[in-house]
Amino acid sequence: MNPEDRSKLMFVAAAFALLALYPLVGGEFGVDLATKIMIYAILALSLELLVGTTGLVCFGQAAFFGIGAYVAVLLSPQDQPASIAWLLPASVAAAGLYALAVGALSLRTKGVYFIMVTLAFAQMAYYVFHDTPVGGGTDGIYLYIKPVLGPLLELDGALTMYFVTLGALVLVFGLLAVLLRSRFGRALAGIRVNEQRMRATGFATYTYKLAAFTLSGALAGLAGFLFAVKDGYVNPEMMSWHLSGALLIMIILGGLGHLRGALIGAFAFALLQEFFKAEAIFGDFAKHWHLGLGLVIIVSVALLPRGLVGVPGQIRERLVGRASRRAETVEVGHGQA
Amino acid sequence: MDLASFLIQCLNSLQYGLLLFLVASGLTLIFGIMGVINLAHGSFYMIGAYMAYALAPIVGSAFGGGFFATLFVGLVLSVVLGYVLEWVFYSYLYEREHLQQVLMTYGLILVFEEIRSLLVGDDVHGVQPPDILTGTIALGDVMTYPVYRLFISGVCIALALGMYWVFSRTRMGMMIRAGASNREMVQSLGIDIQFLYRVVFAAGVAIAVLAGMVAAPVSSVYPGMGNSVLIICFVVVVIGGIGSIRGALLAALLIGFVDTLGKVLLPQAAGVLVYVLMALILLWKPDGLFKA
Amino acid sequence: MARLDAHNKTDTGDRGSEVLLRSQGITRRWGGLVAVNQVSLDLQRGTVHAVIGTNGAGKSTLINILSGEIPPSEGRVELLGRDVTAWSQPRRAQAGLGRSYQRNTIYPSFTVQENCRLAAQARHPHPWAWWQRADRCPVSVAAARLAAEQAGVQDFMDRPAGLLSHGQKRQLEIAMCLATTPQVLLLDEPLAGMGAEETERMLALLQQLKAEHAILLVEHDMDAVFRVADVITVMVNGSVIASGTPDDVRNSADVQAAYLGGH
Repeated sequence: MNPEDRSKLMFVAAAFALLALYPLVGGEFGVDLATKIMIYAILALSLELLVGTTGLVCFGQAAFFGIGAYVAVLLSPQDQPASIAWLLPASVAAAGLYALAVGALSLRTKGVYFIMVTLAFAQMAYYVFHDTPVGGGTDGIYLYIKPVLGPLLELDGALTMYFVTLGALVLVFGLLAVLLRSRFGRALAGIRVNEQRMRATGFATYTYKLAAFTLSGALAGLAGFLFAVKDGYVNPEMMSWHLSGALLIMIILGGLGHLRGALIGAFAFALLQEFFKAEAIFGDFAKHWHLGLGLVIIVSVALLPRGLVGVPGQIRERLVGRASRRAETVEVGHGQA
Repeated sequence: MDLASFLIQCLNSLQYGLLLFLVASGLTLIFGIMGVINLAHGSFYMIGAYMAYALAPIVGSAFGGGFFATLFVGLVLSVVLGYVLEWVFYSYLYEREHLQQVLMTYGLILVFEEIRSLLVGDDVHGVQPPDILTGTIALGDVMTYPVYRLFISGVCIALALGMYWVFSRTRMGMMIRAGASNREMVQSLGIDIQFLYRVVFAAGVAIAVLAGMVAAPVSSVYPGMGNSVLIICFVVVVIGGIGSIRGALLAALLIGFVDTLGKVLLPQAAGVLVYVLMALILLWKPDGLFKA
Repeated sequence: MARLDAHNKTDTGDRGSEVLLRSQGITRRWGGLVAVNQVSLDLQRGTVHAVIGTNGAGKSTLINILSGEIPPSEGRVELLGRDVTAWSQPRRAQAGLGRSYQRNTIYPSFTVQENCRLAAQARHPHPWAWWQRADRCPVSVAAARLAAEQAGVQDFMDRPAGLLSHGQKRQLEIAMCLATTPQVLLLDEPLAGMGAEETERMLALLQQLKAEHAILLVEHDMDAVFRVADVITVMVNGSVIASGTPDDVRNSADVQAAYLGGH
């Protein structure tokens, strides 16, 4: 393993280790917040597969998240706990199925159209749950009894939920890291850089993109499942395009094209949100937290083209010169973790 | 549904479609000519509506003017706003990737929402149409229809004709169209492309603001209105074809009818119908109905 | 010796070698404009068939139709005996058609090795083996090495492709084309922007490749074309005005009038 890969691995390992230890110091609020952020990190990773790896800017990720969540609640029986063994796959499959349908249609379009079309399909899902009684309308629905895994696992406690989520995050991260260096992952990277060349070489690029889109939707559904079980409540706002927008900001803030960027971005964005919402700092003005957030978004997209992941490189560049930057941008087929 | 009700719904559809066209045309123009996806376009519509509400008393006490004076003041303000915004913010977006444009204009939406919240608050408001436009008018023997809604349709048609005239009959319009297809060439011909873009942008903003002001009496003024109209406008542009005004008109009318009649005939499915329509059209024509 | 045929067909039948790509009556209209008009040409193994013409003659459109990027309005394309007129570009590539582009379509952020390997992967895609590292795939790595050696870029395998010189990038473009072991090569201005030494190298490469492949060469460099081509087709405004050996074409009055400026 070359030094660059080793430092990336150590960074990620350290981050996960820190997360594993956090409950020792974090209070109830902190653990709950951290669980929520980790779920967003899984969502951000699912979007990174599409945007950063394949170059497909999807503005409708929240829909798959919401569907995973709603299915988890809708399929849970009222009077006894469901088994995670079938409920989790059902949520993931439902989200994946919707992603397959949306992808099959959307991938016929390109560029700006694709962005708008994915947004519109997410809105469609939003309205289905918002306007019809299917999901309890705007009030949402409650998950009264959380699912279990036989006698082994109950998801009632906050700490259990925390570690299950952390486990899921590590699994998803690992899965994507391996996937990105596989032939499939390299093909996606090639499609991002030059789809025309990939087609001229003989790759059926539509199929690859559709597979990535479906997988991404399925992973978002996994995040939705976790969210529904954590809070025991789902409502249509989970599918709002504000969440889709926030996810895009997370991965661009963290750094596109890097898995750890999704991780960093999710935490940075969520913490920024908490910062601007904090009445302790902003007093009354805290209710206008969107303003600070909006400005940060504008500034960070404008000034940090490579996201937070690229900051060490940007600093090094200023100090040392351009040579070190070239070394960082080389992909030797190891994928970018 | 009897004939009178059906005709009323048709007129409502027409009015809604025309209003959508007005807002969507700004969106498609700004993208077609400058290549910028502007998510904040819906915010201009919202700003227009809130202007109609907030400026009315000010214009009333300062100039003694009524609805039309407020419209005029709002129009002037919006042109200034558009000009300044392009200069200070949007001109930096032309060279950027679409994803960055999406995110930066998304940030702008948040900023606009909060500024509005700070200036005018988050309440829902109604706006009264001017006296000469209140009431209903008889249309043949069959029915009566609110005058103000006819006024809205009239304004939209007038503006649409105005846009058509500017684009196809004036030098300015010709330069704009040329700048859309070949920016460098236009610049090398000595035409100030930067000024041109600023004018186009200011016009796009003004049209959206005007649409919001004019629509305020029928749609009421509420915080989320910008976002709802934005997404429908996206659907209009996707269906119509990016950069195509003709497409925007056809798509807007189509959506106007599907949405309005849908709400009456199938209220629960109404929200989804528009997207189903979009999905069907995209299956048939992935690039929208018309090319730019 | 080949005959010049007034019906826009080339006829090199006496060679008796395998026709790998056959196109008949290729026509392409854009609205009222006819970009390509009833063009038929054959590509045989062991020959370099050059297509020359002024700008706007329809050469790019023709090559795009042959490679499958745009469909013809009329006409037929046969690859290795099969009718591929309705086939997509990836499908034709899988069947043995390789293409290089006028502008570089290399992946600048990947290494030269990865550029070639990814191209070679097309023939050995195995997308379901998600746990296996792509860069350790023996088949694609070996094919990449071979292609790189053929094209002469084997010394730069670890360098990011964006850092190569222009000539080296054009060589890499060819290497990527070769990595899928095609039988037919459609080369769109491979010499574009090259200096004298690089051009020599590329021409030598083409001579080498000729033996195993059928090569279509679209080029503007007349000296190079007359040196390396076995058959030359001349296009003006979408139609073929002459086709035959370099001597035939050089001596054709039509060609002299329309293109070479008269001698």
